[in-house]
Amino acid sequence: MNFKTLLLATALSGVAAGALLSAPAQAAELTIGFSQIGSESGWRAAETTVSKSEAKKRNINFKIADAQQKQENQIKAIRSFIAQGVDAIFLAPVVATGWDAVLKEAKEAQIPVVLLDRDIDPSGKELYLTAVTSDSVAEGKVAGQWLVKTVGSKPCNVVELQGTVGASVATNRKKGFEDGIAGASNVKIVRSQTGDFTRAKGKEVMESFIKAEGGGKNICAVYAHNDDMMVGAIQAMKEAGLKPGTDVLTVSIDAVPDIFKAMAAGEANATVELTPNMAGPAFDAIIAYKAKGTVPPKWIQTESKLYTQADNPKAIYESKKDLGY
Amino acid sequence: MPNDDSILLSLTGFSKAFAGFVALDHVDFTLRRGEIHALLGENGAGKSTLIKTMTGVVARDAGTMRLDGVEIAPRSAAEATRMGIATVYQEVNLAPNLSVAQNLFLGRQPTRLGLVREREMRRRAEDLLAGFGLSIDVAAPLESYSVAIQHIVAIARAVDQSARVLILDEPTASLDAHEVEVLFGVMRQLAARGIGIVFVTHFLDQVYAICDRITVLRNGRLAGSAPVAELPRLDLVRMMLGRELSAATAQRPPRAPATDAAPLAAFESFGKAGTVAPFDLTLRPGHVVGLAGLLGSGRTETVRLVFGADRADCGRAEVGGQAVVIASPREAMRLGFGYCPEERKTEGIVAELTVRENIVLALQARRGAMHPLSRREQDEIAAKFIRLLDIRPPDPERPIGLLSGGNQQKALLARWLATAPRLLILDEPTRGIDVGAHAEIIGLIRDLCAEGMALLVVSSELEEIVTYADEVIVLRDRAHVAQLTGEAISVPAILAAIAEAPADAA
Amino acid sequence: MALRLPRIGTSQVAALVLILAANWMVSPQFFDIRMQDGRLFGSLIDVLNRGAPVALLSLGMVLVIAMRGIDLSVGAVMAICGAIAASLADSHSLPVVLAAALGAGLACGLWNGLLVAVLGIQPIVATLILMVAGRGIAQLITEGRIVTFTSPELAFLGSGSVLGLPTPVVLTLGMLALTLLVVRGTALGLMIEATGGNPRASALAGVGTRVITVAVYMWSGLCAALAGIVAAADILGADANNAGLWLELDAILAVVIGGTSLFGGRFSVILAVVGALIIQAMNTGILLSGFPPETNLVVKALVVLAVLLAQSPRLGGFLAGLGVLFGRRP
Repeated sequence: MNFKTLLLATALSGVAAGALLSAPAQAAELTIGFSQIGSESGWRAAETTVSKSEAKKRNINFKIADAQQKQENQIKAIRSFIAQGVDAIFLAPVVATGWDAVLKEAKEAQIPVVLLDRDIDPSGKELYLTAVTSDSVAEGKVAGQWLVKTVGSKPCNVVELQGTVGASVATNRKKGFEDGIAGASNVKIVRSQTGDFTRAKGKEVMESFIKAEGGGKNICAVYAHNDDMMVGAIQAMKEAGLKPGTDVLTVSIDAVPDIFKAMAAGEANATVELTPNMAGPAFDAIIAYKAKGTVPPKWIQTESKLYTQADNPKAIYESKKDLGY
Repeated sequence: MPNDDSILLSLTGFSKAFAGFVALDHVDFTLRRGEIHALLGENGAGKSTLIKTMTGVVARDAGTMRLDGVEIAPRSAAEATRMGIATVYQEVNLAPNLSVAQNLFLGRQPTRLGLVREREMRRRAEDLLAGFGLSIDVAAPLESYSVAIQHIVAIARAVDQSARVLILDEPTASLDAHEVEVLFGVMRQLAARGIGIVFVTHFLDQVYAICDRITVLRNGRLAGSAPVAELPRLDLVRMMLGRELSAATAQRPPRAPATDAAPLAAFESFGKAGTVAPFDLTLRPGHVVGLAGLLGSGRTETVRLVFGADRADCGRAEVGGQAVVIASPREAMRLGFGYCPEERKTEGIVAELTVRENIVLALQARRGAMHPLSRREQDEIAAKFIRLLDIRPPDPERPIGLLSGGNQQKALLARWLATAPRLLILDEPTRGIDVGAHAEIIGLIRDLCAEGMALLVVSSELEEIVTYADEVIVLRDRAHVAQLTGEAISVPAILAAIAEAPADAA
Repeated sequence: MALRLPRIGTSQVAALVLILAANWMVSPQFFDIRMQDGRLFGSLIDVLNRGAPVALLSLGMVLVIAMRGIDLSVGAVMAICGAIAASLADSHSLPVVLAAALGAGLACGLWNGLLVAVLGIQPIVATLILMVAGRGIAQLITEGRIVTFTSPELAFLGSGSVLGLPTPVVLTLGMLALTLLVVRGTALGLMIEATGGNPRASALAGVGTRVITVAVYMWSGLCAALAGIVAAADILGADANNAGLWLELDAILAVVIGGTSLFGGRFSVILAVVGALIIQAMNTGILLSGFPPETNLVVKALVVLAVLLAQSPRLGGFLAGLGVLFGRRP
């Protein structure tokens, strides 16, 4: 973290705010409003927790409005942030369309908007400063490349647990993984079914894969589009007398705490992180923008970081388990 | 085979068998222009099969059919309607929630540019009904009108669809005397226009009141066909039953008055606002109280209060000298009451359950779910009552919905007799069932009475009421208006009480 | 309503056999069963084990439907009870956990039953309330997370085995026996069929239709609670967002495949369970087949259509007619 920038930004914005709004003397901090979708998943809850702690680190006055999955609530929250004269607005849009009017209001009020985690329709491109999102194709690719590197030249039959049919994340993670293993003719996907991103379905589908592939003997690795399905698949393998992590390699995406627990127990091999820290880079971009007028790139891509058993999974589990996953 | 211009519809050699059971066996039928033709027979004689094969609802096995000399073979009721043969059933099959006008023109609404012209439709509906002497709000839902008006609407719809033959399947079964007269007026008017009407009914009086000709079916065969004038009542009954109706049903047997027995149940100023005015009623063992009056006069409402199906809001009830509150049928049953409702299909039978299950239902309900009757006990109870009441076919495992109306009624009586009630309430026990079953049920009422049961019977069959009632209460306009006992009970006396004009009427 | 003679379930059993045969064709090892760590292991066992939650739901649903009702809330009740069980599992003894979860299921059923029987709300609307609110309640309990537990006692209910059979299968068989005992060992079955067939007539015959209505919704809630416990025990955690999601529809389908009419009346508990097995045999078959997942729902719809058509009396008559037609030919 660039402490000097932070100091400078805080100081400058304080001056700016003081000059423009004749705010109280201690207003040396930024005020940022965040319209969060809700808490529909553990990852979403973790994102909220991490955003708060990142804000605290930077001494930012951070206001979160929970929209409970409703766009109308998000629009209301944004209008309220505009009325309060916040310095910036973060938005995790629940849907891709219908934002033009309210984002125009923010633009007219000269309040920069940063999208978190999800993008909106290209027509609205001029209405926000930047979007901080992950690249789900890259996540799949990192997973695929890890597997190719790990198996070397040995032939490897992979079974794939897809996300919900038709979900863009599932499509992208499938495509990324296929890109990742494209160069290695020894690694091939032999079975692919949807596990609907859930533990229960992941377990059920894995049970069938095991039966269909000679009791699991023909399976070299499992790739799951999220960790939850992998947790279910690991149970299925254990119940079938297989040793996940040893007999069968596992690689999945998201890096939720429970997969680290499995990795610590030697039952899972790798996961690719979908970081819940979308706000951190966004804060930095806003601070730089406010301080020096630095216009960030239109898309800030978060890192798709790979974790394996070598990364002290137990410690990571401890650090992640209270984030709200 | 008559062969003149007056013949509108002729059927020759109609046959139909269902899974080996011969429902129709070479039946001929001829209908002339402007004729009202009664089609009679006991339940199961083949009347409804004949109608269904005529209208294409059921495919016939053999036979030819000519309408105005042209051979036709409709394959569905809709096709028959297009050809000019329309049917109106006892349970009017129109949409009760739609307006009268919408029902009249359903499927053929006047339209402009694809949109229904509501006003035009209403105007035409009013014109059409005016032709039947009916002036009602055609925009109101059909269900807001009486059954009689619903029938007339159904007839108007059929006739307006250029019907030349109109089949009326028991249209009068749920109408009171005045409504029947209105319907008859409509029928006469249609006949005068040259429309041939087939009239299916159980009421012999009505046959003689309106019909020109009678055709009788028995056991799927043609039993005879003759002009009304050439077929006296006794001959007709003989033709229908194949035997003479026991004289017992026609005459009031001499019996000892039972009014001195201690009352089983007494109701004082019992009533419910808007339903039936407060009344007094005393029921004694071995004593039959008849309730007479027109449909809607408060007869059914009275017995529903007594049985707790509706809750009285005033008055006192005493059973065996003890004050009681009858808040539900369950409580009435605990007091030893039983109730066979008028609406057999909707309130009596559970059609898809077997005869056995229907018979044991009330007894089982009184014992409670935790004290089930064993299958053997159920079989014994069912067998006993099937034998006792001569329920046919004598198969306890047959779904009751497949039985004829008379046999369903007997099974419902069995349901209550199985609970050994002290008071049995019968609401129109002989409605819609064949002549033979009538006699049996009346005989049963007398037997039960002789065994010391108290009975409360609602009936529109005045000739029947006078033969078994010890006391007749006459109702009019939701109030008990007269009480006849002993020798004073007679059909003219009851009629006089019903017909007596209220003081304030013109 | 069409009157039917008593059913013997030929078409359902035939459908199950056909689907199992089809599974065997797409996956030759389908009928292989071996012992694995003291429990039976094989695709056929998977069908029974995975079919257990829907089979449990169908045990309650069949009674509700026989009463002319419907219970849309069972999936949400599964989520609530699973969440309760998982939240308490590591801090309380198993009897307490079960009592709490099953009690919650009964309470949910009581709520539904009171709305339907006392307030007279249409069942589809009354249970929709809990279907929507219930998942929210479950999410409140889990705080939107997957609540995991380690209690081996509770885990045993999901992934343990009794005499080689997976515990969920044994629980389902036990619940089936209990349901049969309750409805056929007493006169409740007759009263349910009578009330479903003709509520007015049954009330006039002295049947306590309100009490029975509340009782069947409570039974449905109890079955859903057990299904929720099994589902949570199976994955060692409660997933409030996904547990039991859309399973109410599978349960309704199982009951309908089992030949019970949505108009109420006659019902068969055993055939409802057969219906649940038909659905699961189909699901397992699809998973084993290796068809692309995009085709799952289409295949499922076609099979269900075929099973329901096979039960249609009209089509039955038509096919019989065809048989006669072709049989007569030399």
